[in-house]
Amino acid sequence: MRRSMLFLPGNTPNMLVNGPYLGADALILDLEDAVAPSEKDAARLLVRSAIRDMDFRGCEIIVRINSIDTSFWQADIDAILPQRPDLILLPKSGSAQDILTADEYITRTEERLGMAPNTVRLMPLIETALGVENAFAIASASPRVAALFLGAEDLTADLRCQRTKEGREIEYARTRLVTAARAAGVDVYDTPFTDVNDDAGIRTDAACAKALGFTGKASISPRHVEVINQVFSPTMKEIDYAYEVMDAIRLAKEQGRGAIALRGKMIDAPIVNRAQQTIAAARELGLGREDAQ
Amino acid sequence: MSTKVVKSIREAIALTGLRDGMTVSFHHHLRNGDYVLNMVMEQIADLGIRDLTVNASSLFDAHQPLADHIRNHVVTGVLTDYMAAGLGREISRGLLERPVEFRTHGGRPSDIASGRTPVDVAFIAAPSADPMGNCSGKYGKSACGSLGYAAADAMYAKKVVVITDGLVPYPLLDWSIPEIYVDYVVEVEAIGNPAGIVSGTTRITRDPVGLVMASYAARVIEHSGLLEDGFSFQTGAGGASLAAASFLKDIMLSKGVKGSFGLGGITGYMVDMLRAGCFQSLLDVQCFDLQAVESLRTDPRHQEISALHYASPTMRSAVVDSLDVVILGATEIDTDFNVNVHTDSNGYIMGGSGGHSDTAAGAKLAMIIAPMFRARLPIVTDRVTCVSTPGRDIDVLVTQGGIAVNPKNGVLAQRLKDAGLPVLDIHELKAKAEAITGAPKALPKGDRVVAEVISRDGETLDRIYAVPEL
Repeated sequence: MRRSMLFLPGNTPNMLVNGPYLGADALILDLEDAVAPSEKDAARLLVRSAIRDMDFRGCEIIVRINSIDTSFWQADIDAILPQRPDLILLPKSGSAQDILTADEYITRTEERLGMAPNTVRLMPLIETALGVENAFAIASASPRVAALFLGAEDLTADLRCQRTKEGREIEYARTRLVTAARAAGVDVYDTPFTDVNDDAGIRTDAACAKALGFTGKASISPRHVEVINQVFSPTMKEIDYAYEVMDAIRLAKEQGRGAIALRGKMIDAPIVNRAQQTIAAARELGLGREDAQ
Repeated sequence: MSTKVVKSIREAIALTGLRDGMTVSFHHHLRNGDYVLNMVMEQIADLGIRDLTVNASSLFDAHQPLADHIRNHVVTGVLTDYMAAGLGREISRGLLERPVEFRTHGGRPSDIASGRTPVDVAFIAAPSADPMGNCSGKYGKSACGSLGYAAADAMYAKKVVVITDGLVPYPLLDWSIPEIYVDYVVEVEAIGNPAGIVSGTTRITRDPVGLVMASYAARVIEHSGLLEDGFSFQTGAGGASLAAASFLKDIMLSKGVKGSFGLGGITGYMVDMLRAGCFQSLLDVQCFDLQAVESLRTDPRHQEISALHYASPTMRSAVVDSLDVVILGATEIDTDFNVNVHTDSNGYIMGGSGGHSDTAAGAKLAMIIAPMFRARLPIVTDRVTCVSTPGRDIDVLVTQGGIAVNPKNGVLAQRLKDAGLPVLDIHELKAKAEAITGAPKALPKGDRVVAEVISRDGETLDRIYAVPEL
């Protein structure tokens, strides 16, 4: 389950060693924006050693490498891939061709290391106007792509507009990315909320992302993690309803009925799918009934 | 004598009859803003008096000139409950021939009262006083709130000098220390720097690791079985301790728990808890910030107490005996739950027990909050460099990486496990930290004892050795 993804600078040992204790489902170890060009090699070594030696207590590990228009990205992959992170976050993904370029290099590296194909998945970071317009092509460019990720800070610079807390300027990008990702059958993650001192703001922003269909949300502050986890966890009401749906289905099957109604509303395939997703999420979080399937 | 006011500190010293070999005492309510200890010691040195013992409830970096008085043999003995890192470093390098005697905030007044550590002259800094010596910390430009640590000195010293920068007409009402104990009153321009006396506001930590620990700490209390009506609580002024109090406040309000009292060094956060209805009263031996001072002055539910009343082990009872939960810090804790708050990772003195041991001994649940590692060093060791509080008095260690419960308290461990909290063995915590930091090498130990740690019961709990030159 990936509700919250927390960025940690790749060149800060104290943050890295405490990363597993901050409550995030996934950690993004950053080799890109958080690291000055002169520090890239040191961060690469530190992140490599951290993944190799540390117990991340079940947190998913994502490494943000440098973008393919820099001279760093291949060395990043060379250093990081042998440690088998769960995902590579590829910044400034603007087209399907960008994905194919990275995919090809990762595939060759996996072969060289004797790893099964697509061991390490790819998460394109969409943070340009071009990337937004090409979102579906990017999401479906390779089976290696596991999810899309919206980066609103760079995007608003590219759009030449102000980034605001309300986020009206990224409404189009958000809905476009969700639609593209769902059309391609992959997950989709929302941009961080950058005011680390606005406790109410993060909740509103995360709830907005959830309402639009995002799978989860990234954060640059550990203090936002708990709120994001809360917002993107199923509520007890949703869980109870999901179990009711599944119970109704089971009962209808036993009685040989075709059409099924619950509280006067027909239960169709999308409702069943959603109920199954909710129950799966609840089980992963240890919520709800223990006996239910 | 019409009043007790004398012209100068120097004149007061002469009138007390202070001479070589005696003991003088000071309180630490003005904390790092205190001018009085330095002003008095400078006059004593100038008068040619030598071989004195200084009994101060705490010593801060503002008191660094004491090092020179030690070098010049004006001071040859130091008794205190806490020593900040600056002076601590000099003591650890062997500045003082006689070992420093560290007591607790309860042990110090107990030993003064019993005559084990008699005080010849107590110099009491007072933010306001009248000409007959009634004095208070609640009023005046240098207001510090409670004067709880000065009470035993006033009651049991052979001579008592009040030094004030807030002389008011007789009688000062709402006194902390009444005139019946006071011999002389001296008016000075300033007894301290207000910026160093109390902080404007104490803030909860923004550090994410501190917040994780604080959240665990609050949940440990929630599930300890102690959080019910009548609950009592003490916490420190450190960022994570305050954050724990803030989380605890939310839990108490959501569960409708009506506590009895909040104790200790009081901060604005405890005042907030009082006003929100979490407690019926605050018992205050020391104020940490302006909000606490203001509350002590104006809210009758906020009561000043003496250090004897706070924590003395030899009074008929003390407030710590009725305490449910205390949150404390540690520089190190060992696998037997012994805690060090006296020395740093290199063995230099940088603190002291204060009320640590007293509250740990008294409270039903004594909790240590500390990160798994600080910089390069794991917090859990095989054996602490110095035993400040014995492990038998500590119930639980809360870190970001999990919660270790003292095996003596198996019921608590089970309660926390049932609540879904990450409980693990303290050896496991140590191993987890060492997997990242490696196991540190043992510190080389000097052969000279520079300080003795005296338990609240008067036993020598441990000795602190000189740090050898590398």
